[in-house]
Amino acid sequence: METVYLLIVLAPLVAAAIAGLAGKVVGRTGAHTVTILGVGLAFVLSLIVAWDVFITGADVFNGTVYTWAVAGDLAMEIGFLIDPLSAMMMVVVTFVSLMVHVYTIGYMHGDPGYQRFFSYISLFTFAMLMLVMSNNFLQLFFGWEAVGLVSYLLIGFWYKRPTAIFANLKAFLVNRVGDFGFILGISAVLMYTGSLDYYTVFGQAEGMQSETINIWGDAQWSLLTVACILLFIGAMGKSAQVPLHVWLPDSMEGPTPISALIHAATMVTAGIFMVARMSPLFEYSTAALSFVLVIGATTAFFMGLLGLVQNDIKRVVAYSTLSQLGYMTVALGASAYAAGVFHLMTHAFFKALLFLAAGSVIIGMHHVQDMRRMGGLRRYMPITYWTCLIGSLALIGFPGMSGYFSKDALIEAVHAAELPGAGYAYWCVLLGVFVTALYTFRMFFMVFHGPERFDDETRSHLHESPWVVTVPLVLLAIPSVVIGWLTIGPLLFGGAFGDAIFVLPENDTLATVAGYFTSPAGFVAHGFMTPALYLAGAGVLVAWFLYIRRPELPERIQDRLEPVHRVLVAKYYFDDVNEKVLAAGSRFLGGALWRGGDQGIIDGVLVNGSARAMGHIAGIVRRAQTGFLHHYAFVMIIGLALLLGWLLLR
Amino acid sequence: MVPISHYLMLAAILFAIGVTGIFLNRKNVILLLMCIELMLLAVNFNFIAFSRMLDDVMGQVFVFFILTVAAAEAAIGLAILVVLFRARQSINVEDLDTLRG
Repeated sequence: METVYLLIVLAPLVAAAIAGLAGKVVGRTGAHTVTILGVGLAFVLSLIVAWDVFITGADVFNGTVYTWAVAGDLAMEIGFLIDPLSAMMMVVVTFVSLMVHVYTIGYMHGDPGYQRFFSYISLFTFAMLMLVMSNNFLQLFFGWEAVGLVSYLLIGFWYKRPTAIFANLKAFLVNRVGDFGFILGISAVLMYTGSLDYYTVFGQAEGMQSETINIWGDAQWSLLTVACILLFIGAMGKSAQVPLHVWLPDSMEGPTPISALIHAATMVTAGIFMVARMSPLFEYSTAALSFVLVIGATTAFFMGLLGLVQNDIKRVVAYSTLSQLGYMTVALGASAYAAGVFHLMTHAFFKALLFLAAGSVIIGMHHVQDMRRMGGLRRYMPITYWTCLIGSLALIGFPGMSGYFSKDALIEAVHAAELPGAGYAYWCVLLGVFVTALYTFRMFFMVFHGPERFDDETRSHLHESPWVVTVPLVLLAIPSVVIGWLTIGPLLFGGAFGDAIFVLPENDTLATVAGYFTSPAGFVAHGFMTPALYLAGAGVLVAWFLYIRRPELPERIQDRLEPVHRVLVAKYYFDDVNEKVLAAGSRFLGGALWRGGDQGIIDGVLVNGSARAMGHIAGIVRRAQTGFLHHYAFVMIIGLALLLGWLLLR
Repeated sequence: MVPISHYLMLAAILFAIGVTGIFLNRKNVILLLMCIELMLLAVNFNFIAFSRMLDDVMGQVFVFFILTVAAAEAAIGLAILVVLFRARQSINVEDLDTLRG
């Protein structure tokens, strides 16, 4: 199987290299053929691996394929850990990636950077696979940074747009903050365990609990809590949790397939995956879990609210992604890792679907993204309409859809949690359901229903997207509907994750949920007894009332709640604070250090100052050099006399 | 038999005259060369005196070498002076201060 694992990783890499380096030679058709073949191969092999892991029940594979470097006792290795968690991630990543590859043929049709684009997304698939299949922290970090790099390249794909360059720089810088925490966390783990290997580290997790370290002053901190919170800061950057979420909405400057693949389905879930993978560490630190819980809940609710005031179709979906990532994080905090990862999987399908549907709308509207200039598109784009409806229903948690199972299990798990902050988190995720339904169907109604708000020129071009766009939509719609029903039993309650996810018995919130889970149908029936379902229904109804029945109402509500609206439009002033305080402060500090430190002290005092001092001294000493021979001879005589005198008298 | 101290005193006087000549002479480079020659001769005197006293021929061999080298040196020095005079129309010591700092 080791060959298969290697092949899964290397096929997209080779395809990326061919499409990127030999893009001129292979041409457009060659570029998309080779990358789709590479990712397709990875997908098929991932399916085989998943079959092997889930159905035949193969043992967990944990092996090193290559030793990169050895420093003392520390071995830096490339290795694979294939357990249910990574097998599931591999299938999700390669499937969504394959769909996006096909979709891109239609979306990027006619773009001058066609081959470059395919090269990047294949490279991304490689990096993401390296991340999820890793069996050690170093490779995890490599994948982590590599997906960040590709994300940076793709947000700035249209590098002539100033907004895109601003957005990719912002994404890169914000991720640096997170990655700094992440690498500190890895260092903390390495410092105590002396190993980067997952299993070695996890084996010592219990011992780490009692270790303390001294960070500041005399206060002793639990090493495990510090390490976990630092690792989670990395996840906050990558998975866009408050306050490091600011880059994700701006990343919508990139082409839509990228928003679907990287900024919704896979890369941003790397943080969730990482925390789930580190569950043996997080489990022993209540403080870290509580931190995760509160951050996730804040993101889930407050970022959802922002989706209500956005008018750009991609930004609505982007804020929805933020909010859903918050949901996953809440599940992690509540020790319901399986529920978090389960939501990650269902979300990957339906959010990729929603993004690709939004992209299809954007193609139809000739790259207009403002929903106020859409409306009534249902008649022109039936396939997009129906698939988008499926995606929206899955997102709001319509009974029976994939999103329903994952979100409901998650909310119930949070309800059962007893950590500090769990009450707050429960209310956040519960109200978040209403908000989710409201912004999703606000978007849906504004785009597909109501009066047509575009001109005749647009109408004459408006038609359904080509098959390369609609086929991925349909293929993604299928799992969006059924995957929850099919997999909730084994994944959440059947122990399909095995030892990949570790939960202490006293933290096991999913066990409470399992108490009233009998079958998927029974779970749906149980949903009618919980408030979440009614809140979602209320959200849809309110959206219908506001945007179909009484379209003039939103304006009036907006006027009435002007201060609230202003705060929401300004996105809670996060961007302003970042730009005016952090960015401006850094630049001020940089300027001060440059003028004072570099130009003043280093250049002025040390470099030029020593040269000047030398010149000054030389100006005095030069008078001794008269140029007259007799003076020199005189000095020599004096010297000789002194030397002889010293020899005689000593 | 003249005692060795007389020879040494003569040599010391000659050497002192040479050194004084270098210091006092502010005009002529040829005089400088002559003073140096005088100092070399003073040294030679010492060599010969000690050679005679110790009955060792080595000192006299040294003197031959020094005389040879001094002759060559005087020739080169005078040649340089000629070239210098052509270039600067002067061999005045006061004027030759190009190396002044």
